[in-house]
Amino acid sequence: MASVQTERTSTPRAGARQPAVSLVTERGKTVGTTAVENAIFKCQDVNVHYGDKHAIKDVTIEIARNQVLAMIGPSGCGKSTFLRCLNRMNDTIPTARVTGTITLDGQDIHDKRQDVVQLRARVGMVFQKPNPFPKSIYENVAYGPRIHGLAGDRVELDEIVHTSLQRAGLWDEVKDRLGQPGTSLSGGQQQRLCIARTIAVNPEVILMDEPCSALDPIATARIEDLMEELRQSYAICIVTHSMQQAARVSQRTAYFHLGDLIEVGETDRIFTNPRHKLTEDYITGRFG
Amino acid sequence: MNSTSEVTHSPASGNAGVRLVTPQETQAIVAKSLRRRYWAERRFRAYGAAAVLLGVLFVLFLFTTIFSNGVGAFQQAQIQLDVFYDPELIDPAGTRAADDLAVADYGAILRASLQKEFPEVAGRRDKRELARLLSSSAPFVLQERVQANPALIGTRDTLWVIASDAVDLMKKEKIDRSLPAEQRPLSDQQLAWFDALTERGDLELKFNRTFFTTGDSRDPENAGVWGAVMGSVFMLLLTLLLSFPIGVATAIYLEEFAPRNRWTDLVEVNINNLAAVPSIVFGLLGLAVFINFFGLPRSAPLVGALVLTLLTLPTIIIASRAAIKSVPPSIREAALGMGASKIQTVAHHVLPLALPGMLTGTIIGMARALGESAPLLMIGMVAFIVDVPQGFTDPSTVLPVQIYLWSDSPERGFVEKTSGAIIVLLAFLVVMNAAAVILRNKFEKRW
Repeated sequence: MASVQTERTSTPRAGARQPAVSLVTERGKTVGTTAVENAIFKCQDVNVHYGDKHAIKDVTIEIARNQVLAMIGPSGCGKSTFLRCLNRMNDTIPTARVTGTITLDGQDIHDKRQDVVQLRARVGMVFQKPNPFPKSIYENVAYGPRIHGLAGDRVELDEIVHTSLQRAGLWDEVKDRLGQPGTSLSGGQQQRLCIARTIAVNPEVILMDEPCSALDPIATARIEDLMEELRQSYAICIVTHSMQQAARVSQRTAYFHLGDLIEVGETDRIFTNPRHKLTEDYITGRFG
Repeated sequence: MNSTSEVTHSPASGNAGVRLVTPQETQAIVAKSLRRRYWAERRFRAYGAAAVLLGVLFVLFLFTTIFSNGVGAFQQAQIQLDVFYDPELIDPAGTRAADDLAVADYGAILRASLQKEFPEVAGRRDKRELARLLSSSAPFVLQERVQANPALIGTRDTLWVIASDAVDLMKKEKIDRSLPAEQRPLSDQQLAWFDALTERGDLELKFNRTFFTTGDSRDPENAGVWGAVMGSVFMLLLTLLLSFPIGVATAIYLEEFAPRNRWTDLVEVNINNLAAVPSIVFGLLGLAVFINFFGLPRSAPLVGALVLTLLTLPTIIIASRAAIKSVPPSIREAALGMGASKIQTVAHHVLPLALPGMLTGTIIGMARALGESAPLLMIGMVAFIVDVPQGFTDPSTVLPVQIYLWSDSPERGFVEKTSGAIIVLLAFLVVMNAAAVILRNKFEKRW
């Protein structure tokens, strides 16, 4: 909640230097192909309002399985807000209002029959700041399986914890101290613990909201490697401020600007041949 | 902001009208103000230290007074007597019937024993004077012993029995013996017996068991705090059982579940206002609602607990809400993002982290409830109650009210009882808070 608001207060800065809105020729018309093969998420005309503020405007995009979609854009452009629509985390903000349709595997996530708890079990989330629970490393990973009843007994739970930590590339570092608090780990380890915690529930999509912004380059590199591995099994959406990171880890990139989805396409294409003026300005470092 | 300061300080700004301050001049200005700044800090520290010192002195003075006055209450003058359980006096019929044992004149046995110590005493008046050295409750000691073991009848025994209030005070040197006889509670003759008993080692100050085992009494030497202690225990136990769950549940609901609208604002304002309501008003409320309307018994810990629950709830709710608010939102997001339901998020993550803060609020509330007397006066807990309460509906009083009652009693002996009861109250408070702090530290596992 706090992070969304800070982003939003800083909005005018990007706009002040570049009277960008005028450059969006047609509202809601995104440059590039929004549709993909093998889509898991399909978002149609998604709008988000925070009270009076129109944070997301008519965003239409599809998210593919086994791919990393990077969302880039200046601060306050709504990429985090959009990410939080996908697992309905915006529900926790009383003033937020989401319209439009978002379907997960053809099922509307705002449908009455769609349970939000189940949705969040299917769509895991890794946050900007590593936020392990103030419990042991083991308990952190075991928490999801436990509340969802995924493990029949202790042996199965141990197995899930083991596998998840291994897939998150953390097992070797923590196997001898699973009983120690999760918060005793370094920042990079904590973030990998959060990823392990997320994949322990066996989701279909992992949402990452600037997962490396609080990490040093070495820890960042580890997380990026991890994302490449995880992509084999999951659809991943990552919000990032680092264009290099977007270029390194993603297959598709979406560029947001002041709540509009300006351009979306293959990452290689976006970074070598952006079609929209705003995208070009942003990735060449003219603003943002 | 950076850009503006650059403009005014940069020599290249070209603003010829403004004379620019050189770094040396700036340093001189700073150096000049330094002394004043440090002096202000030293002055502030001195004020703080003086305030703390003054506070400590007052506390020391208070404690010295209370302890020097109250320590006497833990001791009591007792007289050693050779007692003959005379079958003629206890059970002339020789049936050993329980009814006979209960109504026998044990006072006569004690009087006989005392007269044996002073065989020279003759005449009714002198004998009565002599008997007044003993407490009016002394015969009960014999009665209890005989009732517990009728085989004692016909045997001899050496016993320490409770002396009268006047002897007690004289023994503790709380009475000036140089006063004229008519201004002393002990006559010249009694004083002579007193000295004789002391000399023989038959009059000593012993640990005052009575004070810790009995309820109130009109006689200072027979008065005890146990009734008030048990009243306080029953009342606080119930207060805790009621106010902690209700307070925590209210705080959780208001903080985590309730929508933000005019109604919840109204509730919030009213909770904050309740915390400032004078406690006697709660007493009146309790009298009107619990006793008059619901017909609950008067002077009962049950009603006291209900009133004190109303009194402590705002404190606990406010502290608990603050504790819940201080749980970082990232923890909630993490749990919700994992697919935990709202109640799971609260129960598994928010509550454990907020519990130490909630317990702190509860400690403060309970400490206040323990020391509260005004609302309890309204619901009849100010009555003179001799029996130690056995349950939540028995008539009882509580420690602060007992202190108030004793401080108001005319008998000289109650002065030290008052201070003694204050010491017991403080000890109660210390034990209760220590338990709560230990409990809190146990939960306060910082990961």
